[in-house]
Amino acid sequence: MASVLSALNVTKQFGGLTAVNSLNIEIVENSISSVIGPNGAGKTTFFNCITGFYKPEFGEIIFKGNRIDGLRPDQVTQMGISRTYQNIRLFANLTALENIMVGYDPHLKTGWLDAVLRTRRYHEDEKAAHDEAIKLLRFVGLAGSGDQIARNLPYGAQRRLEIARALASKPALLLLDEPTAGMNPNETGEMMHFIRDLRDSLGITILLIEHDMRLVMGISEQITVLDFGEKIAEGGPKEIQSNPRVIEAYLGRGAATEGMATSENKSG
Amino acid sequence: MSTQNRFNWQKAIQLGGIAGLIGVLIALVGMVESFDHRDIVAGAISMGWTMLLLTVLVAAYFSASHQPSKSFSLVASGITGFIFSLVMSLLAFLIENLDLRQILVNASPNLLKILTLENGIPNGLISLIVISTIFGILGGALYILPAKIRKAISLGLGMVAFLGLMEDIIQVTIASTGSGNSAIGWMFGRGTQSGLSIIGAIVVFGVVIGGNLLWGTNAPKINAQVSKMPPNRQRSLRILGYGLILLVVLYLPVVLGLYLTEVVNVTGLFILMGLGLNIVVGFAGLLDLGYVAFYAIGAYTVGVLTSLSGQLSTAFEWNFWWALPVSIFICVMAGVVLGIPVLNMRGDYLAIVTLGFGEIIRILALSDFLKPHIGGSQGIVNIPPPDFLGVLLNKPQTLYYLIVAGCILALFVSQRLRDSRLGRSWKAMREDEDVAQAMGINLVATKLLAFATGAAFSGLSGTILAVKLGTIYPHSFALLISINVLSLIIVGGMGSIPGVFIGGLLLAGMPELLREFAEYRLLIYGALLVVMMQVRPEGFWPEETHKREFHEDAPDVTPVQEAA
Repeated sequence: MASVLSALNVTKQFGGLTAVNSLNIEIVENSISSVIGPNGAGKTTFFNCITGFYKPEFGEIIFKGNRIDGLRPDQVTQMGISRTYQNIRLFANLTALENIMVGYDPHLKTGWLDAVLRTRRYHEDEKAAHDEAIKLLRFVGLAGSGDQIARNLPYGAQRRLEIARALASKPALLLLDEPTAGMNPNETGEMMHFIRDLRDSLGITILLIEHDMRLVMGISEQITVLDFGEKIAEGGPKEIQSNPRVIEAYLGRGAATEGMATSENKSG
Repeated sequence: MSTQNRFNWQKAIQLGGIAGLIGVLIALVGMVESFDHRDIVAGAISMGWTMLLLTVLVAAYFSASHQPSKSFSLVASGITGFIFSLVMSLLAFLIENLDLRQILVNASPNLLKILTLENGIPNGLISLIVISTIFGILGGALYILPAKIRKAISLGLGMVAFLGLMEDIIQVTIASTGSGNSAIGWMFGRGTQSGLSIIGAIVVFGVVIGGNLLWGTNAPKINAQVSKMPPNRQRSLRILGYGLILLVVLYLPVVLGLYLTEVVNVTGLFILMGLGLNIVVGFAGLLDLGYVAFYAIGAYTVGVLTSLSGQLSTAFEWNFWWALPVSIFICVMAGVVLGIPVLNMRGDYLAIVTLGFGEIIRILALSDFLKPHIGGSQGIVNIPPPDFLGVLLNKPQTLYYLIVAGCILALFVSQRLRDSRLGRSWKAMREDEDVAQAMGINLVATKLLAFATGAAFSGLSGTILAVKLGTIYPHSFALLISINVLSLIIVGGMGSIPGVFIGGLLLAGMPELLREFAEYRLLIYGALLVVMMQVRPEGFWPEETHKREFHEDAPDVTPVQEAA
C-alpha cells in the first residue's frame, strides 16, 4: 500500500484568506479517493496546488518520491499527474481528436525543424498521437465523434472527452474535479461505473472532488473532508457518514446532535 | 403567434433609412462624384452609382430576411429601396435649394446631376426612386432564390464589377503582350475607364453563372472520381496541379507588365507579413500590434549591412545574400527578446505592450542617438539591388521572383507547422492558455516559437522591401502597417492560410490598383471590418477543421453507430 501522493502541511493563502490550512493527505496507489466538503472549503484550491497552478506558501507535495510543489503545471503533468475541470474546459474549437492529441503532447518530441522538414520523428509522433487518440476515443465511448468540434458535442460526451484528454498524457494519478456536475442520477451512475472501470483497466490512482454523496460513498475507498481549508475528517465511507464533525460542517450544529439519519440526502 | 406572421414594417423602413443614411454619407464624402468618371458598364452604370445600388441591394436583402413569407419579403425589400430613394431625394432637394457647400464641400451641383441622372429635380428624382425600388426588389429576389443560384448570381455580379473596374489595366496588359485588342475588344467600352461594354457585361455575367452552376453540379462527381483513384495517381494529379499553378505564377510578370507586377509585389510583401502575423495571432492567439517592428528590423539590418552610401559609421557593404540570413537571424532574436517580457501577458495587455514595442523601434530609428549608425530621419540610401546568378534584381519583374520565393517559403513553413505538434499546441494555447499548460505544453517555448517564426517572415518581408526601394526611412514603418496586416488577416479569416492571400489581395492589392480609392482607403477599411464582423466574423476564407478520424491513412476503425 505505497502512497503515490502525499501532501505535508500544505498551506495556501490569498491575502488574508487561508484557503488551505496545513493539510496532510496521503493517497494510496491504485485507490479511488475523494475530497469532499462544503462550497469554499478549499477543495479546488488544493487541486490547483497539486497541479502547479498555485504555489503553496508552506508545506510539501510529494509525488512518487519527488517534490512537485513549485513546479510549473506542464512539469507536473510531465511527471504523471493529469486533471479535469469542474466547469468543462475543453479546447472548444478543436475537434475531439485534436483535443486528445494535445493531451498526448508530453510524449511527443517533434521540434520546429522536424515539423517543417517532416522528418521520420514527425511521422512517428503524429502516428503515435493519432493512434492513441483513436484508442482513447473508443475507450470513453466516443468512437465516431473524433472529427466533431468539441463544443458541438453533448454535455455528457464533453465530460468523457475531457477525461480522455487527461488520460492521453498517461498519468499515474488522475484528478477529477466534480466529474458528475450537472448530470442526472442515471448519468451519474454511469460515470461511477466508468471511473471504477478506469482504475481497474488502466491501473491508475484516482482522486476526485465531488458533491454527489451517492457517488462519493459508492466509489471511494478513502474520503477526506475539508471545511474552511482544514481537514476535519478522514476515513472510509462508513466512518465519514457517522462522523459528527462532518455532519456539523454540512448541516450545522443542530443537525449534528440530532444524528446522522438525514445526512444521506443532503449532498449539494 | 400573430406577430410572427405579420408584415415587419419596422425592419423594412428602418433598413431603408439606414441604407439612405449610408448613401448620403457615401455621397457627401465625395465618393459618388469622384468615382463617377469610371464606368463599370460603359454608358449604363458608373462606379459611383454602383456603390449606391450595392447599398440598396444589401439593405433590401437583409430587409427581406426579416419577413415571414416570400411575398412579404419582396414587398419589404421594395419598400426598403423606396425609403432609400426618399432619403437620397431629400439630399438632392437640399443640394438644389440650399448652399450646403459652405460646410459639406462635396454637396456640389455635380453630385446633384449624378443623383438625378442629369434630368433635373422632378424628373430625375422619379427615375432615382424607380431605380432604387427596382434594385430593392432585386435584393429581395436574391434572398428568395435558392442558395445555389444566389451564389452564382452574386459571383456573376461581382465578376462584372471586378472586370469593369479593371478594364483599363486589362486593356493595357493585353496591348502590351502584342496580341492586339481585336480578340476581346468588343468586351470593353470605348475610351478610358469605360468598363465593360453592355454586351461584354452580359456575356461575363452569363458565363460566370453558367460556369458556377455547372461546377456546382459536377464538382462532387469529379471529387468522388478523384478519391476513387489509387493514392499514387491522386498524388501525381496533385503534383500536376501544383506544377500548373507554379508555371502560371512564374510566367505572370511577363504577362502583367511593369505596373501590375509592381502591384503584385507590394501585395506579396503584405502577404508575406500576413503569413507571419497569422502564426502569431491566428494560430497562437497572441494579439501583436507591434508587428511592424520586425519589418523595420529586417529592412534596417539589410540596409546597414549592404548600403553603399558611405554615410553610416560602419560601411559593411556586404552582398545581399550574406546579409539576408543575418537579417532573418536578427529578426528571430528580436522576436524572442520582445517575446520574453510579454510571456505572462494576455489579451489587451499584450496588445498594448506590443503596440509600444512597434513605436519604440520606429522612434529608435528616428533618433539622433542612433543617427550615425542607421541614418536617423534621413534613413539609409543607396541599398544596392541583389544580384542573382548575374541577373540584377532591380526591376519589379525580377524582384517579383524573390518575393514569390519568400511567399512560397512562408506558405510551406506555416502549413507544415500548422499540421504538427507545434501547431496543435498553438491552437490549444489560443483556446485556453491555462488548460494548455495543464496538458503539459511548455508555454514559454511555444509562445517564443510563435513570436520568432512570425518575426522571421516579417523580417524577410522587410529585407526584400529594403532592396526593392533602395532607400528606407523610419516613417515607412508606421503603426498603420501593423494595423493593415492585422486587418488583412481578420478579413481573410483568422488562422486561415488561404485567407491571408484573399485578405492581401483585397486590402493591399485592390487599393494599389484603384488609385481613386486611396483617399478613401481607411474609410473603406473601417466599413469593411465593421461589416465583416457583423456578417461574416469568421472571415472570407475561414480556417477549415481537419477531418482526421476517418482520414484515409487512419488505422482500421469502423464507424460505430452512436447509440442515442
